Amino acid sequence: MSEGTLCNKIPIQTDEALKILLSDTGGKQYYQEMKSLDVDTRLLWETIGKTCKSRIHTWLKICAHCGMCADSCFLYRINDQDPKQVPAYKIQSTLGEIIRRKGKVDNAFMMMAMETAWAKCTCCNRCGLYCPHGIDVGIMMGYLRGLLYQQGFVPWELKIGAGMHRVYHAQMDVTDDDFTETFIWMAEEYEEDYPGLTVPVDKVGADIMYTVNAREVKHYPEDLAEAAILFHLAGEDWTVPSKGWEQTSLAMFAGDWAACKIQVESVYDAMERLKPKRMIGTECGHAHRATVVEGPYWAGRKDGLPPAESIHYVEWLAEALRTGKLKIDPKKRIKEPVTLQDSCNYVRNHGLKNITREIMSYIVEPGYFIDMAPNREHNYCCGGGGGFNGIGLYREQRNKALITKRDQILDTGAKLVIAPCHNCWDAIRDLEEEYSIGIRWSFLKPLLIGMVEIPEHLKPKE
Amino acid sequence: MYNLLTGPGLWLSIGICLVGLFVRGVLYVKGLNWQLDRVAYTAHPKAGIKGALRSIFFWILPFGTRSWRTQPFMTVLFFVFHIGAVCIPLFLYAHNMMFQEKLGFSFVSMNQTVADMMSWGVIMSAIFLAIRRLVLPEVRILSTPYDYLILFLSAAPFITGLICRYEIGDYSFFLIVHIIFGEILLISIPFTKLSHILLFFLSRAQIGMDFGIKRGGMKGKGMAW
Ligand code: HEM
Ligand code: SF4
Ligand code: SF4
Ligand code: SF4
Repeated sequence: MSEGTLCNKIPIQTDEALKILLSDTGGKQYYQEMKSLDVDTRLLWETIGKTCKSRIHTWLKICAHCGMCADSCFLYRINDQDPKQVPAYKIQSTLGEIIRRKGKVDNAFMMMAMETAWAKCTCCNRCGLYCPHGIDVGIMMGYLRGLLYQQGFVPWELKIGAGMHRVYHAQMDVTDDDFTETFIWMAEEYEEDYPGLTVPVDKVGADIMYTVNAREVKHYPEDLAEAAILFHLAGEDWTVPSKGWEQTSLAMFAGDWAACKIQVESVYDAMERLKPKRMIGTECGHAHRATVVEGPYWAGRKDGLPPAESIHYVEWLAEALRTGKLKIDPKKRIKEPVTLQDSCNYVRNHGLKNITREIMSYIVEPGYFIDMAPNREHNYCCGGGGGFNGIGLYREQRNKALITKRDQILDTGAKLVIAPCHNCWDAIRDLEEEYSIGIRWSFLKPLLIGMVEIPEHLKPKE
Repeated sequence: MYNLLTGPGLWLSIGICLVGLFVRGVLYVKGLNWQLDRVAYTAHPKAGIKGALRSIFFWILPFGTRSWRTQPFMTVLFFVFHIGAVCIPLFLYAHNMMFQEKLGFSFVSMNQTVADMMSWGVIMSAIFLAIRRLVLPEVRILSTPYDYLILFLSAAPFITGLICRYEIGDYSFFLIVHIIFGEILLISIPFTKLSHILLFFLSRAQIGMDFGIKRGGMKGKGMAW
């Protein structure tokens, strides 16, 4: 059986293996080896037998081949209505075909399936809303990714990403110490402006346990400071866990279900250990999806819920503004046309469609907020979801995919786009870089910092 | 021949259809798996039932969903086809006479003019559904001979039924052909895609529970299908 030294069926388990794979810049050797990677057809068919049960099986069988899902997929629309981008075609020609052939597919087929699963679908689940039978191709693509990952056919960056979660319990090589040190250091940086600002680590029984995205620690530490400041100003009793602080899951994008379980259990362990009233995650869509929506199932929790009530940052923020814990200085509200990116992962896939608009009603001067069309659960993916943003091999396809969002934004006429999701934020940054339409983009936290009133007793003494 | 087809033949085909659908339904539900599907089906019954009912209701309502509204041509074809396909077999006066005579019970019968319109509707929309498959690239790429066969199997009893209705050609010959097509359709229901007659409801209920329980149903008013 032909297995590469870099490209093979074995997940990354050690820091050493991570470093070796990382040093293969752009995955050159990795993809070269993939071309001769064998398919373990028996394992493939056995896995399908064990995991492809009535839901997916029925979807594949009763699909009326009616094409009503075609227009729902932004990738179909943006690629000149290419029939090969019809959601039903994408899944029938990959997963459907694997099942028809009882798993007997070859290397070339798996390469094609890999491109379909990661470059022709962002798992945004929009098509599932447009199929009369309720067939959700996004879910099936996720399932297909799992089969491909098991066989070693996974984009280089995602093999690394899943490995990071196995080794670091984080999507990047950020250790637990890096996390607490960075967070505390960032708070110290701002202590002068916000006397009393601290980062309580591992406090048991706090109202809030806050979890983040590892890249905030590595690349955007400002975000950590802003989170601390807003909790501080709102007078919240909050804490961060020294272990189990990472909410994201590149393992979910990779289809590495075992790593998904490892990752999410690290967060749940923190909840069990610190017993917070609630867990609040940062402004990230897929992180929320992984830890709050899908995570309980990976961890085998029968009620489908995390050990502690878990909410998205936008839910906390809306509540803080609604109850007056945070007050906006009316003079500082946004007074320019502004629009909002609905993240598929917590809007379409977790119902948080009105809560972000409630926030807009507090922070934007009436008349200046302009919705994209379509919006809420019918919004289009930013163009970079499901791991698409991070895969160098498919950069060209990804850049094309950004056009949907670009045009949606242009149609609003707004020059400021609020994107309370790391992935969406990246995609919007990249679309500005690629197409220069003259927009700015922002998370909520930095905007809030600029407009909240500081209560008298928290002001710095002259 | 007529007696054979409307006696044991009718019993047998209805029996196969109903028992077959029942088995498919049981297998479907048994094959649901909370952990693999990642839906806590039984843990939140209220949210689950609400999600399931909403998911079915809006989709059987003409223009009830955004998808139906954005594709009005397909929506009209779908509903004209399906209203006839469901109502004619059950509520046609001639069928009920036969049910009464052979099976000992009958449903209410509908007005003959309405029945005529519905039957023509089924045939016309079946023709347009076939043309749509041939003409639209996004549907053509999906279509297989099997899809045309299913469409033909579905339309054949209606075509032959109208031939009998207007007594074109040899009535007793076409009546036999009509009954044969009808019984082939009944028998093929559990074994083909036509099982969607039941599985549509189960599949929609499933995705409805998915959104109702896990993907936001417990957060707000529920999915705006
Ligand atoms: C309550 C009963 C039924 C429901 C809820 C139902 C629902 C559906 C749905 C959702 C589709 C797929 C969407 C589409 O093609 O636009 C479909 C397709 C189809 N159904 Fe049904 N159906 C029912 C009964 C029937 C019956 C009794 C027949 C046959 C006599 C039938 C024949 C077909 C055919 C041929 C198609 C494919 C249409 C095409 O070529 O696009 N259905 N049905
Ligand atoms: S809309 Fe649904 S039934 Fe129609 S082709 Fe797409 S997945 Fe299949
Ligand atoms: S999940 Fe999204 S990207 Fe994937 S096929 Fe469906 S609509 Fe297209
Ligand atoms: S990055 Fe944002 S818009 Fe794109 S799929 Fe993820 S949540 Fe949706």
